[in-house]
Amino acid sequence: MGRMRFRTRGQRLLLLPAALIAALGISACGADETAGSADTTAHSGGGSITVFAAASLKEPFTALADQFEDAHPGTDLTLNFAGSSDLATQLVEGAPADVLASADESTMERVRGADLLDGEPVTFATNILQLAVPPDNTAGIASLADAARPGVKTVVCAAQVPCGAAAARLQEAADVDLAPVSEESSVTDVLGKISSGEADAGLVYVTDVRAAGETVLGIAVPEAADVVNTYPVAALAGSQDPGTARDFVDFVVGDDGRAVLEAAGFGAP
Amino acid sequence: MELTPARLPRWILVLAAVGGLFVVLPLVAMALRVDWVHFVPLVTSESARAALLLSLRTSISATMLCVVFGVPMALVLARTSFRGQRILRSLVLLPLVLPPVVGGIALLYTFGRRGLLGGTLEALGVDIAFSTTAVVLSQAFVALPFLVLSLEGALRTVGTRYEAVGATLGATRWTVLRRITLPLVLPALISGAVLSFARALGEFGATLTFAGSLQGTTRTLPLEIYLQRETDPDAAVALSLILVVVAIAVVGAAHRVRPLGSLAPARPVAPALRRAVDTH
Amino acid sequence: MGLTFAAQLAERDVDVRFEVATGETLAVLGPNGAGKSTVLSLLAGLLAPTSGRADLEGSVLFDVGASRRTLTEPRERGISLLAQEALLFPHLSALENVAFGPRSRGVPRTAARATALGWLERVGVAELVHRRPHQLSGGQAQRVALARALAVEPSLLLLDEPLAALDVSITPTMRLLLREVLQGRTAVIVTHDPLDAFLLADRVLVLEGGRIVESGATAEVLTRPVTAFGARLAGLNLVQGRRTRTGFAGGNGIEVPLADRLPEGTALVLAVRPAAISVSLSSHPGADAAVVRAEIDDVEHRGDLVRIHAAGLAADVAPADAVALGLVPGIAVDLRIRHGDATVYPTRREQQDSGRSTAGSGR
Repeated sequence: MGRMRFRTRGQRLLLLPAALIAALGISACGADETAGSADTTAHSGGGSITVFAAASLKEPFTALADQFEDAHPGTDLTLNFAGSSDLATQLVEGAPADVLASADESTMERVRGADLLDGEPVTFATNILQLAVPPDNTAGIASLADAARPGVKTVVCAAQVPCGAAAARLQEAADVDLAPVSEESSVTDVLGKISSGEADAGLVYVTDVRAAGETVLGIAVPEAADVVNTYPVAALAGSQDPGTARDFVDFVVGDDGRAVLEAAGFGAP
Repeated sequence: MELTPARLPRWILVLAAVGGLFVVLPLVAMALRVDWVHFVPLVTSESARAALLLSLRTSISATMLCVVFGVPMALVLARTSFRGQRILRSLVLLPLVLPPVVGGIALLYTFGRRGLLGGTLEALGVDIAFSTTAVVLSQAFVALPFLVLSLEGALRTVGTRYEAVGATLGATRWTVLRRITLPLVLPALISGAVLSFARALGEFGATLTFAGSLQGTTRTLPLEIYLQRETDPDAAVALSLILVVVAIAVVGAAHRVRPLGSLAPARPVAPALRRAVDTH
Repeated sequence: MGLTFAAQLAERDVDVRFEVATGETLAVLGPNGAGKSTVLSLLAGLLAPTSGRADLEGSVLFDVGASRRTLTEPRERGISLLAQEALLFPHLSALENVAFGPRSRGVPRTAARATALGWLERVGVAELVHRRPHQLSGGQAQRVALARALAVEPSLLLLDEPLAALDVSITPTMRLLLREVLQGRTAVIVTHDPLDAFLLADRVLVLEGGRIVESGATAEVLTRPVTAFGARLAGLNLVQGRRTRTGFAGGNGIEVPLADRLPEGTALVLAVRPAAISVSLSSHPGADAAVVRAEIDDVEHRGDLVRIHAAGLAADVAPADAVALGLVPGIAVDLRIRHGDATVYPTRREQQDSGRSTAGSGR
């Protein structure tokens, strides 16, 4: 803004739209600059970091952030939860963040490919699929084979999203063909169809079943142990506070992180 | 020296230009991102073709539903008066302002297996869950107000005087409707139907919530774009462009139908039309 | 047979009763808001009365009372309406507009078009058959609308100020056309213009405030009006008064000897044309004239003459005389009326109307 100068009266007309555009553009400008420069700091003092985390990590990471802030007075964590691929897209497009915790390795690879990581990603948790059914389980589902019966309405994630890719591998491992009535684009949509009773069964992560509480019932699938989803975490190269970012990654990978994640249903790496 | 047709303050023109850019620029930005080398294969993939065909099919069906039920609704709202009519009109227009996801949830609780009518429908052997019917219902739900709104407005503008003349000339109510009322509001009916079609074509939230997403059955073009975005942003952008082109074609067609264009009398008749018969 | 009509419409305070014989044209006159168009809407079936009954050629149009409610649909009444605006259906050609009525009554397309063409020829616009309404001038459109109204062979034709929206240059020919088609046709015409009443109507009915205040043969009402409105229509001075032992005594002091046998005290009116009143600064009452002395209230310049208002009368004088006499408001003048120029008659005229129409029940 400071660089703009208006030399003639006529140019004053441009002031208003320019100001409007500037107002609309503020967040985008900030995003562009953060990746490269550390001096455009909007936060005051050190210890303020932004963590991008997969939507399935919402509960454990919210708890972990509180614990981390307690253990490191003066630090301030901002959490942003979304689908892993959305997060990766935002980072590649220049969104400012300090840590990324993704729900699958391919997403992390996309960010690494854009040369945005500070060091190597570390696997901090695993997750496996489970069958989710409505609480009353009207279709009497007890196994993956039941979910494949004709007339049973089974819902999975689409192959394009991580939970769908995992579901495809699980069906292969168990030698079951589910013939789903719908391939949703997120775990939330799968759970929504089951909790409303619209679908009889669906494949989601065990942590999703736990987080959904009493709205769905989880049924373990033995073959799921062979299709393990791993969660990597990494500090990001554009961090304003690389020290705090690395500290948080260590905290997640360490014992404190382990305990909280296990309580939420995640497996050890 | 020529006079400018409309003498507006300059800042109005500037703000209008900024507003126009705000609408057009994102479309340009999207077009710039299109991978033109792979454009044709991207938009002719099996999933893309299935999604486009499904979108066109369901949107046409939804538009027909809107016409079948929307025309009588508009007639009732414009030509009758009864207690609670204003409230009813507000309710009918609610889907316009309702977030589509909310519409989807409402439809789920109505037509879903465990919804209000779910048991009845099941007894009749109708299973809407995860079917193309569910997509059409979602689209019709969000598109219906467009048709009702534009048609009711046109009916009120045209007034009842022509209908009264028709009745005194011996026409039955049905003849009056068929030969006078509907021809008079035909431009509004067409543009309302086109708007409904466009709205149905873009429907996303209610479909996702209510109908699910399965290639060829319920995965319409917007859902396909949303899904492709996860793994293949190029495909998503290419398909978005297709949707934009179809939408522009449809809106362009709607604008060609000028409201009462060829029907407009040489001398202004609107004030006369607005005077209802009963002011005599 | 013909039309008998009696209706009350409470929300508009209208209470009207009249008859129209078959083949007769009735003009309904009155100031704005008098209820003229309401009467037409009630006849056409576009409004329902609070109570009342109307019959047309033996069939009921409406019959509404405490325990009965018969309302014949507009399309079954055999009544056509020609309004101020032509209201041609904008999406149909002139021919199709005129053929609409016959088609709606089940006449096959070809026959209906032949009928329509015949009527378009009759009203003089046969060459416009394929024009759309927006391609017609106001007068042409009104002719097509007339053809459309007549093509259904109505038992009763309603005309609601049919000439009011037309350019003044074409009203004379349109009025003559109406005069031609109204011959022998049962019709009710609402109008502001006494000329319409004179040329088109057999009888006149004056409405004020939703009630009939005058009715009678057109010539009768327009030469011997009994209400201020009727007098204004006819361009006459009207003086209310009563029969004295010797003749007429007006409210403003005019006295005129009468030779009739009307009883003393009978309510009478005196009508006199403004041009028949002479104005002077002083005059002598003669045996053949009445003189009223009064101050001038107003002086109105009307082109080639000056109208003096005094004692509730209007008198026309030449501008040169007005200047010579120095006629300005406030000065006292003598208004002189020769007995032969004054017409005196009773305010009630049931005896003239015998059975054809009766005054509204309200007044």
